[in-house]
Amino acid sequence: MDAVGREMAMSKKIRLATAWLAGCSGCHMSLLDLHEELIGLFDAVELVFSPLADVKEFPAEVDITLVEGAVANLDNLELAEIIRSNSRLVISFGDCAVTGNVTSLRNQIPVEDLLSAVYREGAASLPGSGDAEGIVPKLLPRVLPLHQVVKVDAYLPGCPPSPQRISAAINALLAGELPKLPPDMRTFG
Amino acid sequence: MPVITLTVDGELVSARHGQSLLEVLRDLGADLPTLCQCPGLSVQGGCRLCLVEISGTNKLLPACTTEAAEGMAVTTGSERLQEYRRMVVELLLAERNHTCAVCVSNGNCELQALAANLGVDHVRFSYQYPVMSMDLSHERFGLDHNRCVLCLRCQRVCDEVEGAHTWDVMARGGMSRVITDMRRPWGESSTCTGCGKCVQICPTGALFDKGMSVSEMEKERGFLERILAGRSRHQSKGQGHGRSRKGNGDE
Repeated sequence: MDAVGREMAMSKKIRLATAWLAGCSGCHMSLLDLHEELIGLFDAVELVFSPLADVKEFPAEVDITLVEGAVANLDNLELAEIIRSNSRLVISFGDCAVTGNVTSLRNQIPVEDLLSAVYREGAASLPGSGDAEGIVPKLLPRVLPLHQVVKVDAYLPGCPPSPQRISAAINALLAGELPKLPPDMRTFG
Repeated sequence: MPVITLTVDGELVSARHGQSLLEVLRDLGADLPTLCQCPGLSVQGGCRLCLVEISGTNKLLPACTTEAAEGMAVTTGSERLQEYRRMVVELLLAERNHTCAVCVSNGNCELQALAANLGVDHVRFSYQYPVMSMDLSHERFGLDHNRCVLCLRCQRVCDEVEGAHTWDVMARGGMSRVITDMRRPWGESSTCTGCGKCVQICPTGALFDKGMSVSEMEKERGFLERILAGRSRHQSKGQGHGRSRKGNGDE
């Protein structure tokens, strides 16, 4: 490899993606709370997919994907599977991805009862005149944590994980290690 | 009191005859996780977090209910034990609906702290999502079965310290519930004195003061020691960590 090639290889940025499944986006807000640290981060990574970037399709050959949110519907399920097959490392990012959290509070209620209570019996109606087929993604019978759907390589708990936790986890990942957070930085909730 | 000698994690230690292994280990400053055990209450042996390995037996034994014996060789922190402890906590988290983020005890919960300390950063078992009720009939306190780990500290503190015995447990396995007065609403209990000891001793957000929102329920852990310090030994069934859970039954 010549000098220029070596330099190009050295400067190859880590391809980072973040995804938003069924969650409130609070984890992404916490990510933005890294503030000036983000500038340094983008020296080392290229953000190839994210709700914060306008990319329509999840790309191939992603190094690290942070996944916020639980798997609640067929769209989440499909994206989770694409993320897994296209990413070297998949990280459950925040309590909804890790445990199901608030998103899974609906798991005690059958889906049809839930839709009836929220849409059919309420003031609003289901999009598509009571039949959501093809318009909104079908809900899964139960909301699942990400690792019950695809293999997950590391977990970043917290609702949301604090910027300090996110920073510690990302720095470990950039150093080529799986994050191992100390006890006070790995609590649920 | 006769002194015995045993081996703990390869070190020779001495203990008093009649002490439980947990008492010996606590005296040594060992950091053994516990949930159902509570100094001042009788031992329960229910949570299985203080399991230890004892040479000569393949069974893992809870340190709280095992009496220290002469010549015993005890291992407290092997990888196998740590793995079982993690599993215990994961099973507890999977068994009911512990949603830390929206719990009154978030940040002040013994189960949450145990999970973090033991390295439980996700649960490998399928969450059960049982349909669980709450009892908000009491004027000042609430009971949320979703967050109960069945440690039965409430039952023991009410029986052994307050002397009211309002709390009991009904059914078996995953159907078990703590109940007040033969499953009457707490607010209608004729035995409850409203002292609140059960609320303060509860390790999670299962028992709480009404009006508390997320993370607001901070429990006062020191009250039991203060109360018991003023009592003589025979006045309290639980004090002295009696081996049998029920004591003599006639006290």
